[in-house]
Amino acid sequence: MIKKAIRHIVQAEPLLFEQSSPGKRGYQLPELDVPVVDAATVLGKGNVRDEIEDFPEVSEFEVLRHFTRLSTWNYAIDLGLYPLGSCTMKYNPRVNELVARTEGLAWAHPYQPERLAQGAMEVVAALEHALVQITGMDAVTLQPAAGAHGEFTGILMIRALLETRGSARKKILVPDSAHGTNPATAMMVGYTVENIKSNDRGMIDLGLLERVVNEDVAGLMITNPNTVGVFEENIKKICQILHDKGALVYMDGANMNALVGVARPGDFGIDVMHLNLHKTFSTPHGGGGPGSGAVAVAEVLTPFLPGPRLKRQADQWAWNYDLPQSIGRVRAFYGNFGVLVRALAYIMAHGGNGLRQATLDALLNANYLRTLLEPYYQIAYNAPSMHECVFSDDRQAKEGVRTGDIAKRLIDYGFHPYTVSFPLIVRGALMIEPTETESKRELDLFADAMISIAKEVEENPELVLKAPHSTRTSRVDEVTAARKPIVRWQPPARVSQAAD
Amino acid sequence: MLAATGLESKEDLVSYLPADVRLKTPLDIPHGKSEYEIIEHFKQLGAANGDGYASFLGAGVYNHFRPVLVDTVVSRGEFLTSYTPYQAEISQGTLTSIFEFQTMICQLTGMEVANASMYDGSSAVPEAAMMAVRITGRDKILIARTVHPEYREVLKTYTQHQGFPVEELAYAKSGQLDIDDLRTKLNDQVAAVIIQTPNFFGILEHVPEISSLVRSKGALLIVAFTEAVALGLIEPPRDADIVVGELQSFAISPSYGGPYAGIIATRNQYIRQIPGRLAGETTDSNGNRAFCLTLATREQHIRREKATSNICTNQALLALMATVFMSLYGKEGLRELAEQNLAKAHYLASKLPLKFDAPFFNEFVVRTNGSSPDQINSSLLNRKIIGGLPLGRFYPELADCMLFCATEMNKRSDMDVVAAAFARF
Repeated sequence: MIKKAIRHIVQAEPLLFEQSSPGKRGYQLPELDVPVVDAATVLGKGNVRDEIEDFPEVSEFEVLRHFTRLSTWNYAIDLGLYPLGSCTMKYNPRVNELVARTEGLAWAHPYQPERLAQGAMEVVAALEHALVQITGMDAVTLQPAAGAHGEFTGILMIRALLETRGSARKKILVPDSAHGTNPATAMMVGYTVENIKSNDRGMIDLGLLERVVNEDVAGLMITNPNTVGVFEENIKKICQILHDKGALVYMDGANMNALVGVARPGDFGIDVMHLNLHKTFSTPHGGGGPGSGAVAVAEVLTPFLPGPRLKRQADQWAWNYDLPQSIGRVRAFYGNFGVLVRALAYIMAHGGNGLRQATLDALLNANYLRTLLEPYYQIAYNAPSMHECVFSDDRQAKEGVRTGDIAKRLIDYGFHPYTVSFPLIVRGALMIEPTETESKRELDLFADAMISIAKEVEENPELVLKAPHSTRTSRVDEVTAARKPIVRWQPPARVSQAAD
Repeated sequence: MLAATGLESKEDLVSYLPADVRLKTPLDIPHGKSEYEIIEHFKQLGAANGDGYASFLGAGVYNHFRPVLVDTVVSRGEFLTSYTPYQAEISQGTLTSIFEFQTMICQLTGMEVANASMYDGSSAVPEAAMMAVRITGRDKILIARTVHPEYREVLKTYTQHQGFPVEELAYAKSGQLDIDDLRTKLNDQVAAVIIQTPNFFGILEHVPEISSLVRSKGALLIVAFTEAVALGLIEPPRDADIVVGELQSFAISPSYGGPYAGIIATRNQYIRQIPGRLAGETTDSNGNRAFCLTLATREQHIRREKATSNICTNQALLALMATVFMSLYGKEGLRELAEQNLAKAHYLASKLPLKFDAPFFNEFVVRTNGSSPDQINSSLLNRKIIGGLPLGRFYPELADCMLFCATEMNKRSDMDVVAAAFARF
C-alpha cells in the first residue's frame, strides 16, 4: 500500500520561449545619471550586435510562476527521504543559507584589499582548521570546486611530490568498486589506470595489492568506507604496502559521513583526501551543484598545495603567493566561498560532539534499514554496514525485474530512488544511504515501500516494470534523446525548416 | 531502533572498526552553537569585511544588481535541495530549466550547443583546451596574455602533465592581442588559440580577423568572456569554435570568489566532445514532451578513464540564478543593462588618463601618472571607495596602471570622487 504519496493536480507549463511576446519586460533599471553614449560610436559598428534572437520577453510575474511551476515537478530532500547511496542527501539547514547571504560576505569582491577582507579570510581559516581536526591530516585547501576537482588537485600533488623524488611514476591503482571520477581523474594527471579487483567481501585484496604495487605505481585511490558501505579493515596495512614502495594513498572522502568523529584518515595512513562539503557538511546539492571539494593532505604534501595560502602577518590574515613548489591554481580566486560559509555554519551548529553524534545516527539509520530489508532483498556482502547498505537485485531478477525497475516503482511510493547499478562490482546494485537526518517514521515508510515492492515483484511484476504510474512524466525515452540530441529550443518555423 | 538492529548501544555500531583506527579523543571543535549565535557570528565577520564601500573593482567579478526574484526562485526547496536530475520522471523542473539555460546561452553566444554549466569561467578554459586537443589531434595551445591572468594560471595547472605545451601571446599597444605575434607562433601543431573578449583590460578583440587567421592554419578558436553583461550589446563570437565564460554577472553574488557558474558552448559537430552534463529533449512513454540528461557516454560515471573530463557535480543552482536573471531582463533588458554599463564606464573613463586606445566595454586601464595605484587607492579608501585593481601583480610592466570597472551600480558622485583623486596627484 502506498502511504507517503497521493496524486494531486500539477500545473502544465510551456517553455519560457513559448510564452514570450515582444515588448514584455520583468525589470526596471534606475534612471541613468551620466550621459548616454552611442554604442556604435564608441565600440565601432561591427562590434555591436543586433537583438539577441529569440531571447525571452516575459513579465516578472510570469517568470515567478514559470519557475514555481517547474519546481513542483521536482523531488527534493525537503519532500522526503532521498536514499541515494554515496550522495549523502541530508537536511540542508536554512540558517546556512541565511548566513551565506550576510551582506559583507556575499558582496565581498575577491580582489578587495586584504584589510577589508579579514572576515572572509577568517571563514577560510576557521573551516581549514575544523577540517584538519576532523580528518587528522596536516593541512587543507578549500580551492577545489567539487569532489572530482579535489581528486584532480590531490593526484596533481602526488605527482609533484614524486617528481621531487626523481620520478613521477606511471600508474594509479583504482579498485573496481571506485567512483567513475577516480579513473577519469588519474588520466587527467597523465597517469594510466590499473583497475584492481575486489575480493569476495567487496574489499581490497591484500595479496593482489602486494603483487601489483611496484616502483611504477604512483598511488592508490581508495574510498573508505568503500562504495559497498564497508570499512576497509586492513586500511593501515594497505597504506603500509603502498608506502613501502614509495607510493601514496589517496582517499575519496565521498563516504566521510560514516567517519566524522569516529575515525580520522590522517590517523590510519592516508596521504591526501577530498571532502565533499555538499555531502558530509550539509550544503545543498542544488540540482547538481555548487559543491566544494576541500582537499586535506599529510605534511609531506603541504608544499605542493594550490595557492594562494593563508598566512598570519602582523595580527592579520594575508594571502601568500610565494609558494615555489605549489602545483598552481586549480581555479580562479579562493574556492566556492559561499559553500564554505555554509559548511562552517554546519560545523559550528554541531560542535565536535554533535558531529560524532550525527555519524552514529547515520550508522544507526543505515543498519536499521538493512535489518528491515534483508529478509526481502539480497545483501551484497555480509560485512557490517556503516552509513549505507548495498543490496543486489538477485531475487527480483528471477522475476525479470531489475534494480532500475524497483527504483522507478519507488517513485510511485513517494520516494526518490536509491543509487542504481552502482557500485559496478555488485550485480544489479541497490545502494541505500538514509543519512542521520531521517526520522524513524520516514525510515519505516521507506522500508514498507521497499517491502511492498518486493511483494509486487512476485505477484505482479508488470506493475513494477512499467513504473512510475503516477508522475506527470512517465518513463522517459533516453535512447532517442541520445540518438537524436535536441539540446536547445528553436522556434517552430526553424525546426520545420531544418527538417525539410 | 537499536534493539531492532540487535545492538545494545550506539557505540556497538563502530565496535568492528579496528581498535587502532578508532578515534579515542573528542574532536577539538567547540560545543555546538544556537542559530542565534551563528547568525551573530557571521554578521560580525561580514562587518569585519569592509561592508558598505562603493567599489570600482571588476577583473572577472562584477557588481551587478541581483533582482529579488532570483533568490525567491532558488530558495524553493524543490530546486535547492534536489540532486542531479538522473531520475528524469521526478526531476523535470530542473531538467526543463537546464534546457532553457542551454538555449539562452546559445542565443547569447551565437553557438549551437551549450552544456549545463562548468565550475566557473577559469576551469572552463582548460576543459575547452582539452576538447580542442581531442578534436584536432594536435597538442599545442596558444593563449593571449589579455586573457584573465588567473584563468591562464589554471590552464597551466591543468595542462602541465597532459603533454601539451602552452605558449602566451603578447598584447599590442592598443591593449588588444598582438596579431603579428599570433601570426609568428601559429603553425600546424597548434590545436587552439584562446582569446578573451572583452579582454582582461576591458577591450574588445577583433574576433573575425583572429578567427580567419586561426582557421587558415586548421586550429580552433576558443573565445572566453568574464563579463557576461557585455553580450547584451556586443557582437557575440560567432566565429569561435568553442566559447567559454563566466556567468557571475548574471545575479550571482561576488561572494569572495565563488561559487559561480561557468559555461562551455560550441558547434553542433563537436557535441560529443563537450564535457559535463547536457539536458536533451525527448518524449515519455505517453508521448509527452520530456527532458533528460543525455549523451552520458561522454561522462566519467559511464566511460571512467575514457571520459571527456572527470567533471561530475557542476553549478546547477547558480546556472538557475543566471536563467532567472536572463528571463527577467530578457531581450530588451539585457541590452539596456549593457548600455548603462557602457555609459557609466565611458563617463568615468572620460575623466581619467587611459593606457590603451581600443574600444572597451565597462572596464579600462588607467595610468597613475606621478603617483601609484596604492596611493590612489588609499586616498579613495578614506572616502569609503574601493578603487581599481593595481595591475603590477599580474603585469609587471603595468605596475603604474590600474584596472577600473563601472557598472549600473556605480553612482556618478563616486565617480567624480575618483576623478578628483586622480586630479590631485
